[in-house]
Amino acid sequence: MRFITEFRRSELAKGLISHIHRQSKTRARFMEFCGGHTVTIFRYGIRQVLPKTIDMVSGPGCPICVTATSDLDKAIALAQIPGVAIATFGDMLKVPGSHSNLQKVKANGAEVHAVYSTMDALEIAKGNPTKSVVFLGIGFETTAPTIAASVLQAQERKIRNYYVLSLHKLCPPVIQAILDSGEVRLDGLICPGHVSAIIGSHPWEFIARDYGIPCVVSGFEPLDILQSVDMLVNQVENGESKVEIAYRRGVRPEGNQQALRLMGQVFEPCSARWRGVGEVPNSGLKLREKYQRFDAELAFDINPSPACEPMGCICGDILRGVKTPADCSLFGQACTPQNPVGPCMVSSEGSCSAYYLYGGDFGG
Amino acid sequence: MEDKILLAHGSGGKLAHELVEKSFVKAFANPFLAKLDDSAVFELSGRLAFTTDSYVVSPIFFPGGDIGKLAVYGTVNDLAMSGAKPLYLSLAFIIEEGLPYSELSKIVESTQRAAQEAGVQIVTGDTKVVHRGSADKLFINTAGVGIIPEGVDISGSKATPGDKVILSGTIGDHGIAVLSQREGLSFSTRLESDCAPLNSLVAAMLAVSPNIRCLRDPTRGGLATTLNELAKQSKVGIRIEEERVPVREEVLAACEMLGFDPLYVANEGKLVAIVPAEDADKILEAMLRNHYGKRAAIIGGVSEDHPGRVIMKTCLGASRIVDMLVGDLLPRIC
Repeated sequence: MRFITEFRRSELAKGLISHIHRQSKTRARFMEFCGGHTVTIFRYGIRQVLPKTIDMVSGPGCPICVTATSDLDKAIALAQIPGVAIATFGDMLKVPGSHSNLQKVKANGAEVHAVYSTMDALEIAKGNPTKSVVFLGIGFETTAPTIAASVLQAQERKIRNYYVLSLHKLCPPVIQAILDSGEVRLDGLICPGHVSAIIGSHPWEFIARDYGIPCVVSGFEPLDILQSVDMLVNQVENGESKVEIAYRRGVRPEGNQQALRLMGQVFEPCSARWRGVGEVPNSGLKLREKYQRFDAELAFDINPSPACEPMGCICGDILRGVKTPADCSLFGQACTPQNPVGPCMVSSEGSCSAYYLYGGDFGG
Repeated sequence: MEDKILLAHGSGGKLAHELVEKSFVKAFANPFLAKLDDSAVFELSGRLAFTTDSYVVSPIFFPGGDIGKLAVYGTVNDLAMSGAKPLYLSLAFIIEEGLPYSELSKIVESTQRAAQEAGVQIVTGDTKVVHRGSADKLFINTAGVGIIPEGVDISGSKATPGDKVILSGTIGDHGIAVLSQREGLSFSTRLESDCAPLNSLVAAMLAVSPNIRCLRDPTRGGLATTLNELAKQSKVGIRIEEERVPVREEVLAACEMLGFDPLYVANEGKLVAIVPAEDADKILEAMLRNHYGKRAAIIGGVSEDHPGRVIMKTCLGASRIVDMLVGDLLPRIC
């Protein structure tokens, strides 16, 4: 089986599109939670091919976008401490904090490494014993297990100069916060594929049960998304609300038990601050007491001055699905991928970046 | 101990002479270079094309090529994209102190083989050795000259509404092959760089139609950036169809894994041609017959609408913008 071209075949797509058109009678608004899904939707022009009855809105599922400015300031402050080297996923480099970004402090002499894996960060720590290497733990349930594994390895291999700034976020609690706010009415949720590969589909069941909203876990190819929309339409038209998986090649209902064990061994839930949403209880992860010596926040004295948000930026509203990039006066003018004001324009999974790169007058 | 390049090899003294005579002059053997004068002297007549380029690829050896082969083919291709027949090249080596002699020899040999394959001569050159850390193993700067045949007038500003856009083969092979070897990123793939000289392909195309309007090789920035350059330079719109753009499954897979779009990944042996619609089929046939154009395809056309922009019809039948590359997707791949 080919895992990519098979899921981009136009004849299959046409069949699904016409099935959605035939099936959909009721007006419905679906949110794709995940930034990866937003990118697929724009890259393939999925909104253009859906019937007028269906309204798609993008959710808060971009880990970089939802990181609060005050947390970004902490990362930037850490980078400026002499003897500290930062290891991070590359997307973080250009994200603006209150006054600077990692790329700029790097140009001014800070040591910042873009890595593809936590294990690379561990190797940097091993190779530079006189430096303190801090990995920026940004991400959802998808990346948290790999970071947990790096902490366990550091302990086992006695790498004492490795630290984690844990800014991890958990997805189900934030969806609940958004639904409880009552700001956005949703008739269906496309649940994140990679997050669900770890946590399974069970953690979404409260949404279908308590809020009566149909849920479908989707993959990231255009046919995955179309199939998920088709399944959501089917639930809406039949008056059902349940959790279904349209991404069986990646997701099992019970998730990845080994990854969950690792995550639970090293981290425990804590309250976390989300851009646009604010403080959400039990939506973050902190290192358990046993592993506190790896906690960068405890190991270093970082007290950045109070965060200030960029003037006019509406990333927070966009992340809640209340506004779209088209509502932003900075979009495409003062804020572009070359010169981003808000994080949603920086991250490759950000809504603003997807609108800008693929949308314009032609997509969207 | 392994022989390494020392600062003295670039000093102009005895070691430097030895390096030049034993390595470069011997390998690139031709009467122009053998004279060892300060400049190569030759006669040319007609319209000339002249180009320069620098190569800083890391790593210097990658699947399907190395920095020397890349330097020759890259320069040859720049000349060929003006429709010129490439003739003479210059090569300047900037070597980081400590480069193993054996690696340099391997690159010099491969450079010579590439020159032979492309039918060009390396007629002048230079060597400098810099302190450790001032360069990354080896940088190569080149220049090249070629002659443009009578009646050929190719420029990025000549695309006209109604024209067809032809791509000579699969995209993204070079960028992904180089990336697969990067430290901290190594993944195993059978994929090789497409690094190739395109002058014979261009000659074959010109033989069936001298009316080719634009030729460009989509190197850094990939196909998307090249099409945007042509659309802007010619003040026309370009529409392409996603399903007609050939991409290998391995490249698609690597792109998904790394979060890239193959449209932005570099190529080193592919060209984009914009040609009058009435000549498109015969040019395509000529390309398909050439070794370097076996997977050529018409991928779209030129329109009056949306001047300066590139629009792609996706596999779902929707349309989306294809913008220029923003920022640096893949640092130093050529």
